[in-house]
Amino acid sequence: MKLLIKGGTLINPDHKKIFSADVLIIDQKIAALDHNLEIDGAVVYDVGGKLVLPGLIDLHAHLREPGFEDSETIATGTMAAAKGGFTSLACMPNTNPVADNSSVIAYILYKACQEGKVNVFPIGAITAGSKGEQLAEMADLKEAGAVAFSDDGRCVSNAAVMYRAMQYARMINMPVIDHCEDTRLSAQGAMHEGYYSTLLGLKGIPAAAEEVIVARDLVLAGETGCRLHIAHVSTAGSVQLIRQAKTRGLKVTAEATPHHFTLTDREVTGYDTGTKVNPPLRTLEDVNAVRQGLRDGTIDVIATDHAPHAQEKKEVEYDNAPFGISGLETAVGLVWTELVNTEILSPLEAVEKMTINPARILGISKGLLAEGADADLTVIDPARTEIVDPAKFVSKGRNTPFAGRTLAGVPVLTIVGGKIAFEYAG
Amino acid sequence: MINRKNLIGLQHFDPPEIELILDTAVAMKEIVSRPIRKVPTLRGRTVMNLFYEPSTRTRTSFELAAKFLNADVINISSSASSVVKGESLKDTVRTLEAMGTDIVIIRHPMAGAANLLAGWTGAAVINAGDGAHEHPTQGLLDMFTVREKKGALEGLKIAIIGDILHSRVARSDIWGFLKMGARVSVCGPATMLPIGIERTGVDVYCNVDKALEDADVIIMLRIQLERQKAGLFPSLREYARLFGLNRERLSLAKKDALVMHPGPMNKGVEISGEVADSLQSVINEQVTNGVAVRMAVLYLLIGGGDA
Repeated sequence: MKLLIKGGTLINPDHKKIFSADVLIIDQKIAALDHNLEIDGAVVYDVGGKLVLPGLIDLHAHLREPGFEDSETIATGTMAAAKGGFTSLACMPNTNPVADNSSVIAYILYKACQEGKVNVFPIGAITAGSKGEQLAEMADLKEAGAVAFSDDGRCVSNAAVMYRAMQYARMINMPVIDHCEDTRLSAQGAMHEGYYSTLLGLKGIPAAAEEVIVARDLVLAGETGCRLHIAHVSTAGSVQLIRQAKTRGLKVTAEATPHHFTLTDREVTGYDTGTKVNPPLRTLEDVNAVRQGLRDGTIDVIATDHAPHAQEKKEVEYDNAPFGISGLETAVGLVWTELVNTEILSPLEAVEKMTINPARILGISKGLLAEGADADLTVIDPARTEIVDPAKFVSKGRNTPFAGRTLAGVPVLTIVGGKIAFEYAG
Repeated sequence: MINRKNLIGLQHFDPPEIELILDTAVAMKEIVSRPIRKVPTLRGRTVMNLFYEPSTRTRTSFELAAKFLNADVINISSSASSVVKGESLKDTVRTLEAMGTDIVIIRHPMAGAANLLAGWTGAAVINAGDGAHEHPTQGLLDMFTVREKKGALEGLKIAIIGDILHSRVARSDIWGFLKMGARVSVCGPATMLPIGIERTGVDVYCNVDKALEDADVIIMLRIQLERQKAGLFPSLREYARLFGLNRERLSLAKKDALVMHPGPMNKGVEISGEVADSLQSVINEQVTNGVAVRMAVLYLLIGGGDA
């Protein structure tokens, strides 16, 4: 099988280069990058004027399977990923059962192989049942295919457990991803604690709930030498703590989500449960700090925290609604509209944060645009705009606060392992 | 008439609308004082009291208000309905709407329940208290009571004292009194003053004596024992000592200051029995006025139709 992608502008984040070339794919690999390629028998895609990127990688997604198939499945979640321009994603272990043992990892990989549209890299739990007590069998999880450890959705609240987890993960050279939340400070909170929680009468989650754990984790990472990745950074204080730690030379990386660099807590006015997310939407000052962190490199990765929920679960009182935003299908448009077109990030920097940077953190040979590399490619049309319509989502989760927004930058072709996983139909 | 389908909160009401409700309530109060307290204004209309929280005074007040206007009233409490079978708020309301109801009065422990309901039903919605968000008819009856006693609201100094963080009454009072030109102070323990409350335009105090200085109206809020268990204050004893309204403190306010409380009271905690029963207390009149104000709201929201 030969595919020829002609006339595109290529972005190679590994070598920090932007250039024009045709891309020849033979079977599952990139066979050639050159000008004016003419290949007999190749299926040709003319992508003149569009950007050809190494396939995007989402470091933080929830596929809900096994256990919550009414909200998402590996089939629908990976379809949403392909439509959103992602060729690989790392899925969080808060399934039912929790991915805290090798058989759940094996099940996810098997389902992904059978039904998945994109590459799936499972993340194993830090602790058994993500209960924050006993360590999960990390070495076993790694052998089964886990690429990192996290108790995402729940924070390891016991500092001693986190300390041991980092020591152990360091021993087997694996990164730990933490969802930083002091659950006593955030207890029963539904949104950011501030002026708008006061007006709305909703219990607030203070910025401190995130920051005290970020600070703790940075200390523990320094002590243990573990590679630490901070998930979904949402506050100015967290950005500053991470920036300082990086200056000291700590092996820490961080991610931000499109909703945290786009929306403020003001969006909660009206009690739209689509805005309920954890960590919560913060203040304008926090949003600006996250943007600054992305710009100066403090934040390495843009990840979706795709958290789909069945419609009826969100059609309830704000306090009763689950946290989460269905993010895979709006991520590229938000990155381009909010960061690239506003010149906070160059196209190359934006692509780095969605390809090579997550690949390096997870230790996977993805995010490359070179001869011999896996034929995972994303083509996006930066000039095209689209209005977000949740009814058109292929994810089962249509929970989004972005409905009706016009976004510029549309993924038009997604190639995974040399096969067309998604093609834009208009 | 008010050109709105719902009464969710006073935050989004304009001064002329509030004025109209208060003026209408004057006429309603006259009806309530008649020997035969019934007018045919809402005959043939159905009013649904949908209460997800225990309530005696608010539910009864709405029920009486609707009955004085000749509406048919149905009371539904969450403990004796399909809610206990796990039905969602949306489905419950859709079901009740399908049976035909003109107005839904909702009390709910969670903020925003009335907003969501208003989006799910074509019936008019009155918020009878949603979590710590708003309790607009309480705000209106407080304003009505003060206006009746003081003649006007503009320029008055209103002190609201207690657990501001969890109080929907405080929020509705703040919006209502500020819109009508009064000055509002809030006062309570630092742990019960919500962040950013000063941005509404109120003055914020932790020292109750300062908050009471020259006050024309003192609104005391109920303190709930479970807040102590949650660690928001050390003891009822210390709370009463620092924030309770007693005779000595009352003397810091203007001589003719009104003492108000949305009830139910914890006498001896946020307010001494002596003050609650004093001549300056209008706590019982608040209850009477509540019926008149709720009649006005019902009438203004649905009474002007062609039924």
